[in-house]
Amino acid sequence: MNSNTLTLREIKSGEKCKVEDLLSKGKARNRLLDLGFVKNSIIEVLQKSPSGDPVAYFVKGCVIALRSEDAENILVREI
Amino acid sequence: MGLTRFKLSKSKSKEVNFKNQYKIALAGNPNVGKSTVFNALTGLNQHTGNWPGKTVTNAEGYCRYNDNKYAIIDLPGTYSLLASSTEEEVARDYLKDNTADCVVIVTDATCMLRNLNLVVQILSITNKVIVCVNLLDEAKKKGIVIDLDELSLQLGVPVIGTAARSKKGLDKLLDAIEKICIGERKCHTVKELIQGIKINSEIPQNERDEILTNINKRCERIYNLCVTNTKNDYTLKDRRFDKLFTSKITGIPIMLLMFGVIFWITITGANYPSQWLSWLFEQIKTYLSAFIEYLNAPDWLYGFLIDGVYTTLTWVIAVMLPPMAIFFPLFSILEDSGYLPRIAFNMDNCFKKCNAHGKQSLTMAMGFGCNACGVIGCRIIDSPRERLIAILTNNFVPCNGRLPTLIAIISMFFAASFFGVLQGIVSTVILLAVILLGIFMTLIVSKFLSNTILKGIPSSFILELPPYRRPQILKTIVRSIFDRTLFVLGRAVIVAIPAGALIWILANVHINDITLLKYCTDFFEPFGKMIGLDGVIVMAFILGFPANEIVVPIILMCYMATGVLTDYSSLTELYTLLINNGWTITTAICTMIMCIFHFPCSTTCITIKKETKSFKWTLLSAFIPTAIGVILCLIINMISLLL
Repeated sequence: MNSNTLTLREIKSGEKCKVEDLLSKGKARNRLLDLGFVKNSIIEVLQKSPSGDPVAYFVKGCVIALRSEDAENILVREI
Repeated sequence: MGLTRFKLSKSKSKEVNFKNQYKIALAGNPNVGKSTVFNALTGLNQHTGNWPGKTVTNAEGYCRYNDNKYAIIDLPGTYSLLASSTEEEVARDYLKDNTADCVVIVTDATCMLRNLNLVVQILSITNKVIVCVNLLDEAKKKGIVIDLDELSLQLGVPVIGTAARSKKGLDKLLDAIEKICIGERKCHTVKELIQGIKINSEIPQNERDEILTNINKRCERIYNLCVTNTKNDYTLKDRRFDKLFTSKITGIPIMLLMFGVIFWITITGANYPSQWLSWLFEQIKTYLSAFIEYLNAPDWLYGFLIDGVYTTLTWVIAVMLPPMAIFFPLFSILEDSGYLPRIAFNMDNCFKKCNAHGKQSLTMAMGFGCNACGVIGCRIIDSPRERLIAILTNNFVPCNGRLPTLIAIISMFFAASFFGVLQGIVSTVILLAVILLGIFMTLIVSKFLSNTILKGIPSSFILELPPYRRPQILKTIVRSIFDRTLFVLGRAVIVAIPAGALIWILANVHINDITLLKYCTDFFEPFGKMIGLDGVIVMAFILGFPANEIVVPIILMCYMATGVLTDYSSLTELYTLLINNGWTITTAICTMIMCIFHFPCSTTCITIKKETKSFKWTLLSAFIPTAIGVILCLIINMISLLL
């Protein structure tokens, strides 16, 4: 892991990043993999919900909303 | 809301002599239009809506094409076969058993990259596959071009492009299905595509990761070969809508406004048909009465048929039908547009704070249509704990059978002193407040449950926000009325007839010069008075157990049976009837509270029993709302006595 690895939660709206690794386990991990949060896939941070959490992400041509706890488990690299 | 779902498995199973019968399974990601394809093929009206997870059970329908008959099974949407949720297991087990003669994988042309994942997974189990690229019309609008022939070449199976909403490409699809079933077309799945992919629930995690990463790589390669985006900003419109519907400033107000408008249209619009229907039934009653008198029928028969059965029946239709017939389609249009998942997105944080799941707001939304459907819909929540919370609290949303009751009481007691547009607005605001109270209680009870008997931390929340779609307004209206409104009404009518008869008998059989009805209502009277109601209202709620629609008619029947007033054609006269029977503002408030907070109807209870497989939870689901209702009414009554 290099120094500019961040969690997805830290990426601001409108920015793009690349998935490095997933920290979550079990079902949650499988579901994230199913939805395209696999290594090297590109994620764009779209829109926060009114309370700031969850946040909508654009991944593999779809919009997926994640809670901050789940976003924290996705390690990404800024691009 | 897919009330029709209950009927599907039984209907249309008449065996006609066909050459052969084949089984076709429809699989695919959630919200790619499987149900639309299903409906288009079978001519059935399985409920459709633009949100992932709408279909949670297998629906079955039949279609014929040339000489063959096809049983078509609509599997619940799945992202993957390495299942992580109940509905995915349903789909996986079905596909693994290999009972289908042909599997049609429905994919979303606007989102092929992710959809291909499932295609590859299914191909590794069976090769009797057709890939149906649906929503081609939408993809075209977004400038997405898909090379179907190349895709077919890459996968080794037939690929058919469709636009199921406008029924385009279905002939080709049926043609392809036929060819696979009769063995004319053999599929040769591309070997390297499925190499090393095992679909099983007991694969160790590291292997599973590798498999999924491999699939992803392969899909990306195929995607790059077959799909071109001619417009770079094809999601721009959706993003603009999302900015409007889910931003900090406008998100929540627009949500309230949206519901406000729907309720306002329902309330204002329902008035007119209600009046016409009342008038019509009154006219019919005159003729019926004359006819029965002409027959020289005894008085009791007249009373039983006209005052008992006919009155209750027509009441249910006149008061309950119009709001239902208006609310259902309006809500369906909202559902069609793709707005509902945005509500879940907006509201998730509230549910998270209560250790519940954001998708609970989707199941609550379904509850507006019918609580039983809301309860079934809870299957979209993966965590058993959170699902149970959603099931136990679903009843706090007034279903379509209770909404008219609330509307009638609000119009009589709170909005009657206003005129014109203001009247509608006042009614809407009060109704909205009552529903918000229900939602507020849902959150409190969810929090309470997750801190006591259903302890646990919130599971992850992953929700897909589908693209917005222009709702098919006319089609939705027609379908809602014929499919759902009439179905719900039918159920209410079936209950209303015996209920009307029963009440008439109770009101007319005397023991020691006192009617049976009086015995019953007197029995409930002390309890009723204690919580700001009366014996009649309590009894009506109890007798309304089979269908909430008949609560108000029962109340009216009971009052009328005491001979205060026999004429009813408008809410004003109804109001007088209630006032003459001791109703006050407090009674009205308490009745509304009890209407939201009381045990679910019998259908919902049976559904809860089925879903939880536990008598204990079913009992609790009836106890919690009733207890809250009684306590709230008790407090309100005490406050009103003090004032």
